[in-house]
Formats: sequence, C-alpha cells, structure tokens
Amino acid sequence: MPIAFTIALAHLTNRKRQTLVSLGGVVLGVAFFLAVSSLMRGSEKDFLKRLVDNSPHITVYDEYRHPGVQPALLRWPQAAIDVHNVKPQRETRGIRGWPQRMAFIEAQPGLRAAPVLADSAVIDFAGRQQGVQLSGVVPDKMKGVTTLEEKMVVGSLDALAANPNGIIVGQGLIDKFSLHPGSVVSVVAGDGEARPLRIVGVFRTGNSSYDEGQAFVVLKRAQSLFGRENRINRVVIQLDDPYAAQDVAQTIEAGIGYKSVSWIEATEDILSLLVVRNIVMYSVVSAILVVASFGIYNTISTIVLEKTRDIAILKSMGFHARDVRRIFLVQGVIVGAIGSTLGVLLGVALMKLLEQVEIKPPGVVEIVHLPLWWGPEQYAMAAAFAMLSCIAASSLPARRAGRVHPVDILRGAT
Amino acid sequence: MTEVLRAENVTRSLEGEVPVTLVRDVNLTVEAGEFVCIMGPSGSGKSSLLYLLGLLDVPTQGRIFVAGEDASTFDDDRMTDVRLARLGYVFQFHFLLAEFTTLENVLLPMRKLGKLDEDAARARAAQLLDRLGVADQANKRPSQLSGGQRQRVAIARALANDPLVILADEPTGNLDSASSTNVRDLLHDLTHELGKAVVAVTHDSNFASVADRRIGIVDGRIDADWDARKSATSEA
Repeated sequence: MPIAFTIALAHLTNRKRQTLVSLGGVVLGVAFFLAVSSLMRGSEKDFLKRLVDNSPHITVYDEYRHPGVQPALLRWPQAAIDVHNVKPQRETRGIRGWPQRMAFIEAQPGLRAAPVLADSAVIDFAGRQQGVQLSGVVPDKMKGVTTLEEKMVVGSLDALAANPNGIIVGQGLIDKFSLHPGSVVSVVAGDGEARPLRIVGVFRTGNSSYDEGQAFVVLKRAQSLFGRENRINRVVIQLDDPYAAQDVAQTIEAGIGYKSVSWIEATEDILSLLVVRNIVMYSVVSAILVVASFGIYNTISTIVLEKTRDIAILKSMGFHARDVRRIFLVQGVIVGAIGSTLGVLLGVALMKLLEQVEIKPPGVVEIVHLPLWWGPEQYAMAAAFAMLSCIAASSLPARRAGRVHPVDILRGAT
Repeated sequence: MTEVLRAENVTRSLEGEVPVTLVRDVNLTVEAGEFVCIMGPSGSGKSSLLYLLGLLDVPTQGRIFVAGEDASTFDDDRMTDVRLARLGYVFQFHFLLAEFTTLENVLLPMRKLGKLDEDAARARAAQLLDRLGVADQANKRPSQLSGGQRQRVAIARALANDPLVILADEPTGNLDSASSTNVRDLLHDLTHELGKAVVAVTHDSNFASVADRRIGIVDGRIDADWDARKSATSEA
C-alpha cells in the first residue's frame, strides 16, 4: 500500500467523528444531487417524450414562411413602373396539389406522413353545443403518425375508415353530453353546413381539454363539410429519429414550398427554458456538495494543524513537500471516493422511494408516478463533482502542509 | 577515519528588522564512528548548527559536506533524498506518529526509501527494536510506551535506513536520569559497534561524559573542541 495512502488512512481513522461528519456531508450531497437530478431530468425527458409522442414531429402548414413574390415582379424585375396595392388572387385555403406534395414528403427516408384538414366546428347534441377542432384524416395513415389508435377506449380508426359518416370523439365530450358509442351528433361547420355523424370511436388521452375539444372524421367528410374539396391544410409527419426533425423539416420546406415546422422549432422557447432550468438545478444541487466540501476542508485543515509536528518530522526524515501534500490530498480522495460510493447507493435508494410516489396533477384524470431518469451519466456527474469538491477542499490544507518548514516547528518544539 | 560531515566557514543569519546571526563561521569535521556532543548555553546556536549539519536548514555563508558531497550544490529534492538515506534524527520529543505502532513507525523511513521489500523491512525493523531493547513493544502505540522506550523507538527509526550519521537534539532532555543513561549508552554503542557517527546537542553533562568530542558553542561560534581520545592518550 503506498505510504501516503497508509498515513492518510491512519489520520482519518483516528478522527472517526470528524471523518464521519465530513463523509456524511458528501454522502448526502451526492444522494440529493442524484435524487434531484433524476427527478428534474426525468420530468424533462417525460415532458419531451409527451411533446414528441403526442404532437407531430413536423407539421406542414398551408402557408408560406416568406410572402410570395408577385408574378409581374418576377417577369419584369427591373420594371420602370411600380404597381402598388396589388391584391393576390382569392383562392380556397389549403395545400394545393396535396397528393403530389405528399408523394414528395413520403419519398423522404425514415418518416410517416398523414394529410389532415382541420378546422373549427360545433358539435350539437340535444340542444347543447361544444366547439371542437374537427380533423379530417385518412385513418390508415393517421395510425402511423399519432398515438390516437393507442388512446382509443371504444372503437378504432378502422371503424372510422369503414363508416364515412362516423366520428371519433373524446371521453370528455362523451361524459359532458352523456353520449354513447353509436349516438348520432350534429356537426356544424363554420359556414353553417351541418351533418349528422355517428360516434364510432372514443379516445381518452387524460388531458381533459383535448378530450373535450378534439374530434376526428374521414378526410373526404371534412373536405365536404368545410367546402374545401381536394384540399388539406396540414400534413403531420412522424420521424424514426425525432431529433432529426429540424433538418427534415428544412428539406421538406425547400421541396414543397409550404411552411414546415419541426417540434424543435415549435417548442424552441420551452427547450431553452429547460436548458436554463437544468443550469439552475445543477447549480443548486452542486451547492450542496460545495457546502459538504467545507466540512472536508475543516477536517483536513484541523488534521494539518494538529499534525504540524508530524509533518515536520516526516520532512526531516526525508519526505518531500510533494509527499506531504499527497498525504492530505489522498485524505480528500478517500473521503470523496467513499462518500461518492455511499452517496450513489443512498441516491439510488432515494430514487426508488421517489418512484413509489403517486400523484394526481390538477386537470389530469390518471394517477401518475414521478418521472425519474436513471441515466448513468448523472451518477458519473455526481461522483465526479463530489471528487472534485473533495480534492479542491483538501488541496488548500495540503499545500499548507507542504510548505511547513521543519526547522520552524522543531525549533519551537524544543 | 572517514569524514562523514564537514562544515566549512558556515554562518547562518536571520534577516529582519534586527538581523540575528545564529551560527558564525563554524568549521567542523565529523568522522565515522565519532560520538560528538555540542554543548553550550541556551540560545548559543547549538540546535541551529545541528539543523545545518542535518540539511534541515541552509547556511547563509559557507558549505556543508555530507560524505564528501557539497550540499550547497543540492536542490531541495536531493537534499531531502540525502536526509532520507544518509542522516537519521532523534529529537528531544520523540515525534513518533501516534496513529502507528512502534514497528510501523520504524518501518516508515524504509517504506519511503523503498530499498527493501516489505518483508525485509519488517525483519530489519524488528531487529532494530530488538537491538534497542523494545522488541516486546513492537505492536504498541507510542502512547502506551514510557518516555525512555519512545526515545529508543525514535533511535530505531533514525537507524532504519542505515544512515552515516545520527543527529540528536537534546535526546535525553525529556527523560529521567536512568532513561537518559540508557539512551546515552545506546547512542555510544552505535558509534563503536556500528561505526555510525553521532552528533548530539545536549545540556546534560552526564550524557556528554561518554562523548569522543565535546564542542562548546558560545554566541554561534565554536568556543572549545575537546577530544576525549587525545586527552586519554596524552594522559596515558
């Protein structure tokens, strides 16, 4: 066993109480670091998962990111006369020639796309009305791009495909209007066009506003109801790799001209908020370890003060200043290593306890468990930060020990 | 005789508002097997000279030679290495490490030097403790030993790396008369049986009575250098 380690271990084991207090600080610091980190990162990942799973990775809208240039300006870019107040020709809103554009999108690798025509409508039943977002979908394609099929509690998207006069509504609306599968409701479009549709499916996401405010019909039915034949107003796309959404969206937008928004772009502010939140969180949990490192500093400083004569005798015996420094640095390393190991174990135990906690957030029907992240890098991060804190805390007393001049001490002692 | 230590015109001054000269222009040679006692009143510079001879301090002027090597050419590392391999120290207070047993204290310098493997070092430590009469205390902590026993262990530790010279600063200053005599005789035997040089600072005339040389220091200067061997020869 290296001599510095032997002496360091002897110093620590001879001051059991002080060592245990220092060790306790590191253990608690690492454990809380892990518990808080896994909670925060878990909630972040859960949030992103919900974001990624429950919303399209890319949505192509029936609009342009930059206004189109007037044909006259394209024809005569250097024209001497400038015509003001030119109004674009009125046209039915929506993505024109959508089958061709869908073909372009579907030709891209690693994605699934579904055309949608969504607009506001009112569902009328027994004199009660509920405003909803009515989406016209192609059921087969919809299965590949949303989790709607998984959220169905009654019926399925296939039932919608089989019944052009069918409608899928949320459990919230069913409860609100006391509806049943098979009930017929009247769906009124914005221009007053109304159509009776039979409920062929019910979904439940757990989000009450979604469960009350969304409804699905087949695309043809929506096109006819909204008077926008051969039009869709968005394409929803799911990717095999959600994090490639930004690049794929740019490719699609460059290919078809319509505005393509990735989930990353749509939630840019939230993602930057998450980064800030992580910085705040790691600053706070790191502060626990910094406080713990003061305990180590205190312990090792005390040992250096108490052991000044020993240091002097070691140096007179032939120990280099670096050997003496190493003895006290090793003490920090020992406390850091044991503290990190025990801290990780306690942290895992805390995480297991947190995993058992059941909560029911307001507005959510289902009981949920605290989202925890078990990623290995947080253990490495906690242990590395603890080690760094311990080494930093021991380095100051170690340097002081290394500077002890034996003659000053021996002269004072005799 | 082989020269093991030599001070050549050594002066040690401390700078400050009032400069102090601890050792003035000292010339001294110590040979292998010699038992040299440095004596003088308090504050005369005895210990300062010992620290200079033991490479714990650096002269302001002059040079120290250890086994013929000029220590003024040594850097800190070399100085430390020479202390480890060639010099052994015994102080008034034993300065044994309280956390370690007697045997472990003696092992420390050997472990640091690393010339012997652990088994050989343990065997040597046990042998030294046996020679100094404290073999039965090998597994005790320093706090469990008497003052005389601790000082014997300190001598064993000083001998661990088979040094050329043992430098002792008031080695009996903290002991009762019986223990003092015992430690004195042990150090004296080292010179004759093992050929070690011993340079000891002392106030104790009983201790100095067995020395080969007694060097008197006053105000940092060598005031007297009395060689018992020559006196004995001349008396004979």
